[in-house]
Amino acid sequence: MSEQLSQIPVTVLTGYLGSGKTTLLNRILSEDHGKRYAVIVNEFGEIGIDNDLIVESDEEIYEMNNGCVCCTVRGDLVRVVEGLTRRPGRFDAIIVETTGLADPAPVAQTFFMDDDVRAKTKLDAVVALVDAKHLPLRLKDSNEAQDQIAFADVVVLNKTDLVSEEELAAVEAAIRAINPSARIHKTERAGVALSDVLDRGAFDLSRALDNDPHFLDHDDPDHVCGPDCDHDHHDHDHDHHHHHHHHGALSAIHDVGVTSISLRGGEMDPKKFFPWIEQTTQIDGPNILRLKGIVAFADDPERYVVQGVHMIVEGDHQRPWKEGEKRESRLVFIGRELDAERLKQAFEACQA
Amino acid sequence: MVSPELAEGAHHEGGVPPPHLQEQTLNPMPTIAPLDLDAHCVAAAWLNDIPHFALADGVIHRLDHGHKRVEAHDGLLAAAPDGTRLVTGGEDGKVVAVLPDGSVELLAEVGRKWVTSVAAGPQGAVAFASGRIAYVRFADGRLREFQHPRSVEGLAFAPKGMRLAVARYNGATLHFPATEGKPAELEWAGAHMGITFSPDGRFLVTTMQENALHGWKLADGKHMRMAGYPVKVKSFSWSAKGRWLATSGAPAAIVWPFQAKDGPMGKTPLELGTRGDAMVTHVCCHPIEEIVAIGYADGMVLAARFADQKEVLLRRPGKGAVTAMSWDGEGRRLAFGCETGECGVVDISA
Repeated sequence: MSEQLSQIPVTVLTGYLGSGKTTLLNRILSEDHGKRYAVIVNEFGEIGIDNDLIVESDEEIYEMNNGCVCCTVRGDLVRVVEGLTRRPGRFDAIIVETTGLADPAPVAQTFFMDDDVRAKTKLDAVVALVDAKHLPLRLKDSNEAQDQIAFADVVVLNKTDLVSEEELAAVEAAIRAINPSARIHKTERAGVALSDVLDRGAFDLSRALDNDPHFLDHDDPDHVCGPDCDHDHHDHDHDHHHHHHHHGALSAIHDVGVTSISLRGGEMDPKKFFPWIEQTTQIDGPNILRLKGIVAFADDPERYVVQGVHMIVEGDHQRPWKEGEKRESRLVFIGRELDAERLKQAFEACQA
Repeated sequence: MVSPELAEGAHHEGGVPPPHLQEQTLNPMPTIAPLDLDAHCVAAAWLNDIPHFALADGVIHRLDHGHKRVEAHDGLLAAAPDGTRLVTGGEDGKVVAVLPDGSVELLAEVGRKWVTSVAAGPQGAVAFASGRIAYVRFADGRLREFQHPRSVEGLAFAPKGMRLAVARYNGATLHFPATEGKPAELEWAGAHMGITFSPDGRFLVTTMQENALHGWKLADGKHMRMAGYPVKVKSFSWSAKGRWLATSGAPAAIVWPFQAKDGPMGKTPLELGTRGDAMVTHVCCHPIEEIVAIGYADGMVLAARFADQKEVLLRRPGKGAVTAMSWDGEGRRLAFGCETGECGVVDISA
């Protein structure tokens, strides 16, 4: 039966031409890490490695004929994943490389929406490679560049040697502004540790937040505050010279498009919360790129975690609340044209 | 419409239905010759009355005075029987014909891209798909290419004449490979994956990415929507004389009537072999009688008769889903294969 076959993890690698994707892929395929990867690429192109497990595939966006505007899947992935998983012993994980301009949503949705793909594989993480030098321009001229960062669980900020310290800080702040919860790794020549991009379990509800215990938590040393951080200092006019941030540079880089909204509240009433999150993802789904959160339900001894991609939302109990742990609920929406005030009020109205 | 709430009748919890069908064609005590292999079975086929099992690792096994094997591909993705040969396509970009003596003939090669579908046509013609191109290779070795704006999914030849149907995003395309005529386009929103002509050539039916079938009556282009399945339909089989189309995708075989002028429109399908605990993953109609072999996600195989919905157990549940089945020409033996590599032949005449 299918439960005997363990689900194969899938890493989605996004990034513009020149961001270092090919360099990273070549490293994954050639370094001695004891794991075998099947790689689905758009073109064999520059991958200089001859490997039976590199599969060339045309990106095929299929809209489902069910009236849901954001129910799109990558039809080619459905087929290639089916083929690959029929011979499961050959590899440990799958990497999907998207083209530079790709919208990452259909790729991610394929792993939620297609029953067969979902049964055999699980999305591990979306990794975005960005070029420190060219990202500011990309963010200005394309939605895709914003979407790729918004979708990412891990952002590899590459080619840091080509920019000044100030430029790097500004780029990093711009990434944070779009996606406050992604892990950012700064590298040159795609030299990130492979363990930082592979086998992350970012979509695994029971693992995601354990890997990232400081999820949405500004006390984490890795955490860099974006303008949406719900800090005390946020309220007093960006008076935060004690941080080495350059929020002032933000508007120059990231002036439109994707924003993130962080919500924080107390214990929730499930009878109010579930209908609200369902309705919100139905109505605002096209504008919600990712959502993640931890929910404390009244009289519930366990933490509840939720995540979503557009209109797809799923949740599960994760683990018991620890003694002394603050029972609060936190949600982050990353998207476009989201009404922060409306979301905040509705979220707070779900409190028990 | 198929209702997810399935009709009364046999309802087998956990398993084994009583073998209550007392007919010559469906002996209650069939014998099974198992063949336990180690890879996903993509197709089962009878060539020269010899059962063949095409596995995803590229090896074709056959039971011909003992177990024999031949490697056709490094990774096999699609297979279609063509008289006395089996046409296959693979991850190695090759299309080959496997003969019952174990010889393998290379028909075409497209480089490093996968060959994801194959179909066998009239006069030795073979069609295959790779990416957005459908190819037709004629018996004399001539190759024609048909470019499409989107990926070519399923392929099927019409039962008469040199006509090839391509399932694609938002519909199907009919090519006439022997002529320079323009292709005919049949449109219906959504992604169409598998495709089949009715044996009389009157209907074209596709399986879709959503849990539905779509059909066209070719004479007037009338649409047929066959929806309501709980999961994707991945297997379909026409009954003897094309009177019914049996399909997977539900906890029963859903069998649509195609006898009427407008096919199944306005009619209710039969639901055969209903189980409460397992989905039907493969169906294969008997070549002579109105009986369908039904394979389930747990490896069980039943045979069910359309007329009275009587069932008989052909194989008990195994380790994994049934993914391939084929009757011999007389309908006495059924070759089957599973995703876990368990294969075998059921003899219902013993």
